Amino acid sequence: MKPLLRTGASALALTLSATLAQAEGELSIYHWFEYIPQEILDKFAEEYDVEVTMDTYDSNEALLASLKAGRLGDYDVAVPGDYMVEIMANDGMLDTFTRDEMPNFDNILPEWVDVSFDPGRQSSIPYQWGSTSFSVNRDVYSGDIDTTDIIFDPPEELRGKINVLDTAGETLTLASLHLGIPQCSTDREELEALNDLVQGAKQHWASFGSDVAKDVLVSGDAAAGMIWNGFGMKAREEGANIEYAYPEQGYIVWMDNVVLLKDAPNRENAIKFMNFLLEPENAAAVTNYARYTAGVDGVEPFLDAEVKSAPELNPPEGGNPVFVQPCSEEVQKIYDTMWTNLKK
Amino acid sequence: MAGGIGSGPGKSARTYAGFGVPLILPAWLVIGIFLVVPIGIMLVYSFLTKEFRGGVVWEFSLAAYDQFFFDRGLFGDDPPQIEWTYILIFWRSIWQAGLATLLSLLIGFPTAWFIATRPASTRTIWLFLITVPYWVNLLIRTISMKFLIRDNGPLNTWLLEAGLISEPIHLINTWVAVQLGLFYSYLPFMVLPIYAAVERYNFALSEAAADLYASRFVTLTQIILPVVKPGIIAGCILVFVPSLGSFLAPDLLGGAKNFMIGSLIDEQFKGAAGNWPFGAAAAMILLSMVMLVLIFYARSQSRREET
Repeated sequence: MKPLLRTGASALALTLSATLAQAEGELSIYHWFEYIPQEILDKFAEEYDVEVTMDTYDSNEALLASLKAGRLGDYDVAVPGDYMVEIMANDGMLDTFTRDEMPNFDNILPEWVDVSFDPGRQSSIPYQWGSTSFSVNRDVYSGDIDTTDIIFDPPEELRGKINVLDTAGETLTLASLHLGIPQCSTDREELEALNDLVQGAKQHWASFGSDVAKDVLVSGDAAAGMIWNGFGMKAREEGANIEYAYPEQGYIVWMDNVVLLKDAPNRENAIKFMNFLLEPENAAAVTNYARYTAGVDGVEPFLDAEVKSAPELNPPEGGNPVFVQPCSEEVQKIYDTMWTNLKK
Repeated sequence: MAGGIGSGPGKSARTYAGFGVPLILPAWLVIGIFLVVPIGIMLVYSFLTKEFRGGVVWEFSLAAYDQFFFDRGLFGDDPPQIEWTYILIFWRSIWQAGLATLLSLLIGFPTAWFIATRPASTRTIWLFLITVPYWVNLLIRTISMKFLIRDNGPLNTWLLEAGLISEPIHLINTWVAVQLGLFYSYLPFMVLPIYAAVERYNFALSEAAADLYASRFVTLTQIILPVVKPGIIAGCILVFVPSLGSFLAPDLLGGAKNFMIGSLIDEQFKGAAGNWPFGAAAAMILLSMVMLVLIFYARSQSRREET
């Protein structure tokens, strides 16, 4: 009864503060879909007496498009992936903060402080990180899955039963790893080889889909599918007999980051929120919900047991993880043509 | 226009015309602000220079239309040839939308006829039943269709259990699935206008035709069809146009393997391509095609009225 009363009281307080329309005491978040538990938002709202509102997007590119279309200045914080932080910073969409403003800054794990996409963390803090490769249904295929052949030169059992992510960036990056060519290569022969590879592999693919990546594996529509590790773990927990692969050719790692947006209407609350997310208990709550990994020190005591032991979240030693690089305009144009030709 | 309201000539029509301006103003404002202005913006954007990763640079450019019509190879420096990619994507959308229209007509016409020939007391119930599924959001209906037709879904399970098939019919992620989705999504838009036309049909005409020894086929083609034709044409337009720009069905039921016009445009704005002028140009070309169909219809209508 007590927690119910408290929630009721805080809801009342929120309503009141909304009714009184106090300019201070608001926070506007722009976030991925299904990526933060409601309890965490409520907890922040209660602790800091702030009215929290959130809109969602479904890809880094959609976030960028929306901000470019005039939404910059509406939101305080957003959660772009690594390469998108760099793109947004270069486009002047981010504000900076100092470490003094954020008491919990030192909770960030050292390896995530001086990152290439935001050296020294001027505008961003780690949210969650994870990997992108693929999961394979073990009822259908029992052979070795730690190779990108599963997607680009699949064994007989998996042909025509593969889902790939519907984003050119991740799919073409995994294809580049398969060929062993550098990302964003400008070499014509390498680009032609990349084009031939995806054109030839498409006949084995049943579908392109990102938000459905989990569903197709659970339902059995696909027997193998590119997927993000936490999403793959959720699929496994929902009953699919699948195993997440760490291909020897390499796999993609990414980190989503909370960034302070330029012209944030509530800059002070944005900083408070970022600081709040660096509390180990809160970072762990996000991990327990989203099934990815926090970049914050001291989260272990708060983590679910399943998260600690999940193979999806514990990559083997000596793997070959790579970040997606933002390509130059020239290369991106070729990728666009390749992608359109692939789906024509 | 005003003559339709006032039955008498001259003075009364003018009196009503005076009322019309303030009454029509809200509609004009809505159309102006939410239709003409956005389309104007799209038209302007389609002639601007693309900014890398979304957005536009305010410099005139025909690059978007050039990209649509000319193929310069993977690296963009081959001699220009006719670009078949987008023609193929448009053609796919056109025949899928056309087939959906035809199927809707084949099923919608008898349905509308059936409802219109029920006693007046039960017609409302039948119409009500037609609209029930459409209280649910299109996205939910499309996903439900996916659940139904997947390889291990209810449809295949029932057919297997009934012994009608020996292995599952593979529908999901094929063009057939896209077609099912389109046809099902827009079927009531065919039924309702045809129903409205058939309901106004005077069945004494059929009796008269029968009395004059017309066969049932002749009655259908010579008497009934000309009378209900406007309803059929309206239904066809109402099904064809939204099918043409649809992107839910191709994405969810077709596995997004092949672009249709809607998903191609969507990709330009929300995808990695970030090519707003090209998305705008593709939308303008689609819009022009739809306009052409509607103008063609309007002209054939006015010609019909003249004769």
